[in-house]
Amino acid sequence: MIGIEHYVAVSSILFVLGVLGIFLNRKNVIVILMAIELILLAVNINFVAFSSFLHDLTGQIFAMFVLTVAAGEAAVGLAILVIYFRGRGTIAVDDVNRMKG
Amino acid sequence: MIQVFAFYLFATLVIAAGAFTLLARNPVHSVLWLIVAFFNAAGLMVLLGAEFIAMLLVIVYVGAVAVLFLFVVMMLDIDFAELRAGFIKNFPLGFALALVLLMELVLGVGAYRTGALQLGTPDGSAAPPAGASNIEAIGALLYSRYLFLFEAAGIVLLVAMIGAIVLTHRQRGGVRGQDVAKQVARRPQDATRNEKPEVGKGVSL
Repeated sequence: MIGIEHYVAVSSILFVLGVLGIFLNRKNVIVILMAIELILLAVNINFVAFSSFLHDLTGQIFAMFVLTVAAGEAAVGLAILVIYFRGRGTIAVDDVNRMKG
Repeated sequence: MIQVFAFYLFATLVIAAGAFTLLARNPVHSVLWLIVAFFNAAGLMVLLGAEFIAMLLVIVYVGAVAVLFLFVVMMLDIDFAELRAGFIKNFPLGFALALVLLMELVLGVGAYRTGALQLGTPDGSAAPPAGASNIEAIGALLYSRYLFLFEAAGIVLLVAMIGAIVLTHRQRGGVRGQDVAKQVARRPQDATRNEKPEVGKGVSL
């Protein structure tokens, strides 16, 4: 029988995959953004699973807010990517050192 | 029985699609795998009876975010082969970190199995009312208790939209555009004049 543990396992694997993706693709910003989307998806799966498990809808409503923030983050992130590419002609993360951070 | 089958199908596909998103050589394929992952995650949520979030996931992610990604990937002319050069170099560190994270999560689940922490139980105020569908229940909650949070989410989207427009908008020099105010403010006496040139002489403009 499928229980909450199964859902938590799926979302943990997805979360770790997202983190792994950020670390493996240290150069390609687009893949890093996609890895962040995967992480947020894992979080959403967790929220919805616990919402169903506890018979409490708050989790689903919070998942909706996570979705909102993820959409905004993708829009702004890709906009930054576009202007960065316009100025530099590349999107390699290693070269992002203009602010000497 | 069918639920178990559906769960394992969706779970396998979502994890496989997530892995292929990160491993695909071509970023366009990455985005397509991301779409597969979102679809299957929506399937997982439908299995739980959370149809609203599942449909939202399909509409917002597949319909908007993934298409935005696809748009940007196709619009930028990038040498992706060169960007993958560090893949092998970063693999040991990244894999070790991912392993540590996974172990931590496994530890959490293992500790939960021996006895969960009691952080209190839901007070039932957000319990789905009997007989109401998922969307009805969420709507009733969203437009009453979480109304201001809902408005705040709208503001977040508005700010993100304005930010994206401001960031990518550029004033292009050397383009002759239409200046409506200047056109409207132009009066006939400024624009025309009567001349009576003598014979054999021209008109200076």
